[in-house]
Amino acid sequence: MSDNILEMRDITKSFSGIKALSDVNFTIKRGEIHALCGENGAGKSTLMKVLSGVWPCGSYEGKIILNEKECEFHNVRESEQAGIAIIYQELALVSEMDAGENVFLNAWHMKNGLIDFPSVYYHTKQICQELKMNIDPTRKVREFGVGIQQLIEIAKALAKKADILVLDEPTASLTESEVDILMEFLRGLKEKGVTCIYISHKLDEVLNISDNVTVLRDGKTVGTYQTAGLDEAFLIRQMVGRELSDRFPYKTRELGETVFEVENYNVMKEDDRDKKMLDDISFSVRKGEIVGISGLMGSGRTELALSLFGFLKGKKTGNVRLRGKETHIDSPSDAIRKGLGMVSEDRKRLGLFLDQSVVKNIVAASLPKISRHGVIDENEQIYLAKKYEEELKIKTPSLQADVKSLSGGNQQKVVLAKWLMTEPDVLFLDEPTRGIDVGAKYEIYNIMMDLAKRGVAIIMISSELPEVLGMSDRIIVMHEGKITGELSHDEANQEKIMHLATGGEKQ
Amino acid sequence: MMELAKQKKSFFGNFKGNIRAYTMIIALISIWVIFGFTTEGIFFIPRNLSMLVRQTSITAILSIGMVFVIISGNIDLSVGSIMGFCGGVAACLQVWGEVDTVWAVLITLAVGAAIGMWHGFWIAYRQVPAFIVTLGGYMIFRGMLLGLTKSVSIAPLQESFIAIGQGYLPPIAGWGLAMILGVMAIFMTFKGRASKIKYGIEAPSMKVTILKAAAIVAFVAVFTIIMNQYQGVPIPVVIVLVLAILMTFIAGRTRYGRSIYAIGCNAEAAQLSGIKDKKIIFVMYIVMGMLAALAGIVLTARLNAATANAGMMAEMDAIAACVIGGASLMGGVGSIPGAVIGALVMASLDNGMSLMNTENFWQYIVKGLILIVAVWIDIASKKKVQ
Repeated sequence: MSDNILEMRDITKSFSGIKALSDVNFTIKRGEIHALCGENGAGKSTLMKVLSGVWPCGSYEGKIILNEKECEFHNVRESEQAGIAIIYQELALVSEMDAGENVFLNAWHMKNGLIDFPSVYYHTKQICQELKMNIDPTRKVREFGVGIQQLIEIAKALAKKADILVLDEPTASLTESEVDILMEFLRGLKEKGVTCIYISHKLDEVLNISDNVTVLRDGKTVGTYQTAGLDEAFLIRQMVGRELSDRFPYKTRELGETVFEVENYNVMKEDDRDKKMLDDISFSVRKGEIVGISGLMGSGRTELALSLFGFLKGKKTGNVRLRGKETHIDSPSDAIRKGLGMVSEDRKRLGLFLDQSVVKNIVAASLPKISRHGVIDENEQIYLAKKYEEELKIKTPSLQADVKSLSGGNQQKVVLAKWLMTEPDVLFLDEPTRGIDVGAKYEIYNIMMDLAKRGVAIIMISSELPEVLGMSDRIIVMHEGKITGELSHDEANQEKIMHLATGGEKQ
Repeated sequence: MMELAKQKKSFFGNFKGNIRAYTMIIALISIWVIFGFTTEGIFFIPRNLSMLVRQTSITAILSIGMVFVIISGNIDLSVGSIMGFCGGVAACLQVWGEVDTVWAVLITLAVGAAIGMWHGFWIAYRQVPAFIVTLGGYMIFRGMLLGLTKSVSIAPLQESFIAIGQGYLPPIAGWGLAMILGVMAIFMTFKGRASKIKYGIEAPSMKVTILKAAAIVAFVAVFTIIMNQYQGVPIPVVIVLVLAILMTFIAGRTRYGRSIYAIGCNAEAAQLSGIKDKKIIFVMYIVMGMLAALAGIVLTARLNAATANAGMMAEMDAIAACVIGGASLMGGVGSIPGAVIGALVMASLDNGMSLMNTENFWQYIVKGLILIVAVWIDIASKKKVQ
């Protein structure tokens, strides 16, 4: 048997005459973890779609050689039968079904024409145990955290006897500790001889887990490198094709007076009125200040922001002061009127109107501003949208294009534009750079710095520690609905944040 | 590279989107041509066309309201029952209460608004799914109509009331209306082009714009001539035109309309953007209730009686009209002109098949098949683009 389990040779794929991939070569050794890196739009997903048969053979040029045999996949089923399983960022689990049902969905063990559930659960348990994951296979999938769900998805792939596993941004919605579990898990898989293709924007993970890295840029292979001895700067250089001297444009600045203050803020859970979701939260933000909120998934960071913004229903107590004055915010429209803005974590769910045009998305939160007696002033609308399009350098074919046709980074800029147009004094940014590439991230940081300089108070929630460390004047760390500590820009480091985030006391 | 590919695709998407709007009109014209042949031209005589547009008007009034409901991601199954019940209320007021026409119309519209409030309350403020609330309303108001009429026809109504459903504009007034529409059409087409150019959006060439305006003016003129050849433009058609223009403006140019599209597209994002979704949905059902009441008034006036089975299945016709006109039951997509053309398609099928003496059961079957095929074409054309 050859060393190479998979070779993709000279793959070229065009869309309406434009090459998304041109002569891409991608070779995977048996049993390795091979990372695939590149900016958004570099062609990673297209390459994986060619591999999995989403783009059937004939729609691209080039050869796929699997186990020394040339393969022609006409659809996803054929590639699955050949042992290739792709796990996408959006998980394909049926959340109302239990773990066992999901693992063997449509690959049931049968007995006398009926599904043999004892066997299904037994084998699910076995696969999970092999993966050092101890779960109850009869529990519904939605009751597990996203991290475990991801592992269930992998178990599902293994149940189908996959020997090449493609993971597309597997850690995008995982917390640091869940990421660690996944990493451990992938190393275990490697020992069993499963080959992994690992696609991620998070370069520290790539360096940590992979044996080799292939970098794509503008639909071409830049190169394949042995991971040992690489550093992030090198990878970024290969990905963007230029030097990014400083990843964070942070500068110390003169801060203004306190604009937003929260004191003894408690919020009860919506479904259980006796349980506190947020417990005795007190913090303040000054004019022009960037306050980072860090914490693990489920620590209540997002809930804090959404609740202060009037979006969550749970009963709340405590004081909120805006520009020194006591205030109550009971709905998002109220919050916007009072000068708050909210770039939410999940831009597809809470931020964008995907089927609507860029201009309609940008003005969506400013309708009162651009209308008179309820009638929208078209001139004003286009004028303002254009202004923010230029200011944020949103790359779009036109303002009338559907926002879903833009790349992730540009979509995020549209959401930012929407909120900048409301001219907020206090802006919440919940995971402002999730799932967007290095170049776009840097642009977003620049926008943040610019806003802060103009006096906007920014509250940034982020799971990415380097980002929190690199951009915040002050860092608040949360754990299980409480604030466990506060760190200044200079004293903060990863260890201190993780210590507080896992419930430790401030030393 | 990918970026470019995506851009090209989205450009194609918009282009195809326009083509789709035109396929609807092409489909309508082909239906007409087929009926023209099968009825040996009777379909096209002024008397029949006048009847056709009058038949269209009731479904059109309902579908103009329904399309907002569908765009917002909701549904209203009760409009047929509301229409029947409100028609009954109007008839009772006129026949038993001897209320004059103006008051009868106003009170009936108020009843429609109250019914809309009832639905809106449960849907917006109590979060009961619209399907359930309006299915309940479908039964409740059908029941109320049965109670009201005791299964006998309530007739006859006053002359001035009957005119709402059976009257015609005098030819001169018809031409006046045509003039207004023509001038509006020319103004809007050119202004639309000018603003596109102003904001650097790809605009059609001057030639195309002139042709487009000329086509609309010619259509309005031909329509008026044909209607005047019979007895004039029917009053219900005037009502539909006024409503369609008003509601198109509301859909496209007002905060309210924009909010409805936003809610249908992504309700949570709309809420977080400060759109008061509950209030908007509440108001939307009130408008729907009033339009259903108006449809009831037109229906009762046209029949010169209120009956227990008035408005049966009208909700299905209205929903089908919206969907044929390009509205998506997933929400966020739909247009008022589309819904009106959809209503015209439904009425044309009824009218043409009646002329051909097709048995009644065939009409249901054909309409059902056309609905499915129309949506399939829509889905298939979207897939192709992607």
